[in-house]
Amino acid sequence: MIHKFNLNGYFIVLDVNSGGVHVVDELTYKLLDFVADPLPEECPREVLEALTPEYESEEILETYGEIYELYRDGILFSADDYAQFADRMVASPIKAMCLHVAHDCNLRCKYCFASTGDFGEGRRLLDFETGKKAIDFLIEKSKGRHNLELDFFGGEPLMNFDVVRQIVEYARSLEKEHNKLFRFTITTNGMLLDDAKIDYINKEMSNVVLSIDGRREVNDKMRPCINGKGSYDIILGKYKNLVEKRGYDQYYARGTFTKYNLDFADDVLHLYEEGFDQLSVEPVVSNPSEDYAITEADFPRIFSEYEKLAKEIIRLKKEGKAINFFHFMLDLDQGPCAIKRLRGCGCGNEYIAVTPDGDIYPCHQFVGMKEWKMGNLHDGSFNFKMKDYFSQTTVYNKSDCGDCWAKFYCSGGCNANNLQYAGDVLKSHKLSCELEKKRLECAIMIKAALAE
Amino acid sequence: MKHIKTLNNANLKKTAVKGGCGECQASCQSACKTSCTVANQKCEK
Ligand code: SF4
Ligand code: SF4
Ligand code: SF4
Repeated sequence: MIHKFNLNGYFIVLDVNSGGVHVVDELTYKLLDFVADPLPEECPREVLEALTPEYESEEILETYGEIYELYRDGILFSADDYAQFADRMVASPIKAMCLHVAHDCNLRCKYCFASTGDFGEGRRLLDFETGKKAIDFLIEKSKGRHNLELDFFGGEPLMNFDVVRQIVEYARSLEKEHNKLFRFTITTNGMLLDDAKIDYINKEMSNVVLSIDGRREVNDKMRPCINGKGSYDIILGKYKNLVEKRGYDQYYARGTFTKYNLDFADDVLHLYEEGFDQLSVEPVVSNPSEDYAITEADFPRIFSEYEKLAKEIIRLKKEGKAINFFHFMLDLDQGPCAIKRLRGCGCGNEYIAVTPDGDIYPCHQFVGMKEWKMGNLHDGSFNFKMKDYFSQTTVYNKSDCGDCWAKFYCSGGCNANNLQYAGDVLKSHKLSCELEKKRLECAIMIKAALAE
Repeated sequence: MKHIKTLNNANLKKTAVKGGCGECQASCQSACKTSCTVANQKCEK
């Protein structure tokens, strides 16, 4: 399978199964419309006829020769032989946890998927006893894995920061004995950041996600405080302080865009101008009936905005500036192995979420969906059958993904979004797919531009 | 080649054989928490 696209003046061909990325001229691009696997060694007569007189026959033959060479080398029209690996997929150790330390929040973001912090389950904080059990659970269930990840999430985790510290200390005290390395991360809205917390976070957390949507008016429209006032002026300075003290490393300024700021490239660039160079601004995923929801009608606008952002990033990078947009990050040579790409996020299999009540869910976006509760830390229950189910959620088991050119980049999308908006974990959420594919094309195009 | 420039060494297939050690970051942990892009994760091997 190949995928070709023309973007920002580049003709690009992706060989899906080998991961080969080729920048081609217009003739090659057109010629590829007339050939399919298996390719004959000689250029078929129909191809010649179709492309003359627009092109010289000598040139066409030469181009065909190059295409054939890549085909022979297995980097164009290469075969899909990954299904055998997908069939062998088994349940993995659990090595990553999203720990909901606070089902409460001090902002009232309008698009919150956690119903203003409590996931529809009532406002509460996780206590240290439950946190300890979570760490014990992770150590016990991660047999065979050294690197463990724990994200302090909410609601707003800084509302329960003392317990965060206690949990970090407890986990660190067990690392040696069990030969584990904990990598802590935290996702915060910034409201309660102060110097002491910043220093602690910068010392202990391997990544920190700072929520902010971009320009003041954009942020404040969707991320108001409880009293209705905007949060931008409260958080911006705190974020700058944190990032500066951190040495501008291993963090993300992370926003959401909605129908109200379809010009979101300006929000990304606004954050960049404010001094943040690790950026992630992502489309809201919501019920289509919400007034802020993104719909298919918004695609042309969103696509051109991604293109605009991509071009701006190319310009900045060519000037030697550092800027990293999460969804355009792509390493064409050293990315994840094919096995990892078959199964994507690992939710419910190697990744789980734990609530203040000790309930276990496949991931943070499943929290509160009672039928997807996997177990509880206090009564020791755990649904291994459900874990097995998630271990099988590969791109080959998802109805739309097997034939999709983006399958090894997207890895089958978000199981939670699939369930909520397409009705089934194994069905793709089309809206997300289209956005994902556009971002990938932009990411690949950026590589082509920077390779010049 | 005159008409085609290949940008990478297209080694995805080789990675299938030795891959799957599971030591790398779970994708949703890194930044987004709402979507899945795996290709931008780092391999730890
Ligand atoms: S660390 Fe590398 S080889 Fe191991 S599973 Fe992750 S991507 Fe694959
Ligand atoms: S979720 Fe959508 S974009 Fe991703 S692999 Fe499946 S069909 Fe393709
Ligand atoms: S199901 Fe979606 S939200 Fe949950 S871990 Fe996977 S990608 Fe992330």
